[in-house]
Amino acid sequence: MALPLDTLLDTLSARIIAAAEELTELDSAIGDADHGLNMKRGFEAVQAERTNILAKPTGEALKTVGMTLVMKVGGASGPLYGTLFMTLGKELPEDPTLADIGRALQASVVALKARGKAEVGNKTMLDVLGPVAAHLESGTASLDSVRALATASARATIPMKAIRGRASFLGDRSIGHMDPGARSSEILITAVCDVLEGKS
Amino acid sequence: MTVGIVIVSHSPDVAKGAADMVRQMVGNDVPLGFCGGNPDGGLGTSVEKILAAIDAAWSEDGIAILVDLGGAETNSEMAIEMLPEEKQKKIVICNAPVVEGAVMAATEAWGGGSLADVKRTAEELSPQ
Repeated sequence: MALPLDTLLDTLSARIIAAAEELTELDSAIGDADHGLNMKRGFEAVQAERTNILAKPTGEALKTVGMTLVMKVGGASGPLYGTLFMTLGKELPEDPTLADIGRALQASVVALKARGKAEVGNKTMLDVLGPVAAHLESGTASLDSVRALATASARATIPMKAIRGRASFLGDRSIGHMDPGARSSEILITAVCDVLEGKS
Repeated sequence: MTVGIVIVSHSPDVAKGAADMVRQMVGNDVPLGFCGGNPDGGLGTSVEKILAAIDAAWSEDGIAILVDLGGAETNSEMAIEMLPEEKQKKIVICNAPVVEGAVMAATEAWGGGSLADVKRTAEELSPQ
């Protein structure tokens, strides 16, 4: 399928900016209360670069989105989401199938594990991106099943104990709260599914 | 030449304060860069500012970076990867408390220590 890059950029930005308060609130429970503001700053910067980004071929455009997040987010989520988009830009073929997207996302998950020194199960964004990448790669995924898995996976971080990130300072007290990075990943995955389905 | 020291904190005030303490110990003989705060100036770290601080402290003998919390380390690693390879090889991140580590590292650098000496001295402060 051809990726509608302009709609994707606008929908991802709009959803993250609209969720800024919710993400910051989640982060205030177990972190440093900046995740929503940081992500909002990053995606506002992406919107400021919109014309420049959309003039590029898909791969280069995604890399520029990644680099913009790296430079503008101002927290660990900058290099992390930056790495996600830069790896997608490197790995996605033109007109990818869902399985191609799964392979590219799997490559991003590998890069994110290295960047964040984290694994699936540590109560991070990887707890959404890891299962979603594996599901997409399996070849049995539909947009509905991906959306449902992203939501269930973010929710599944609630009983987890944080091993990485600021929440790990809280130890057992991190249990009982949804991880903000898992939630922002769920929002992004859901937004991509909605755009691919023409629902945005 | 002397190894350069870079201080990266989430707080501009902490970065400046730690840099002041380094200057008090070693004067202006050690190349020093510091930065704190996100791109808007609030608490956080910025790859752009870290690159500028590395540039300000640049020494061919190497750069030891001291960081406070997670994002400072992740953003510092990202900044290092954006530099040319020959520069990357001369930069290390020390696993040490930012204020004490910076002062210890700078003192070792001032005494003529190599990059490895500087890193080891700073990291003596960390529980192994």
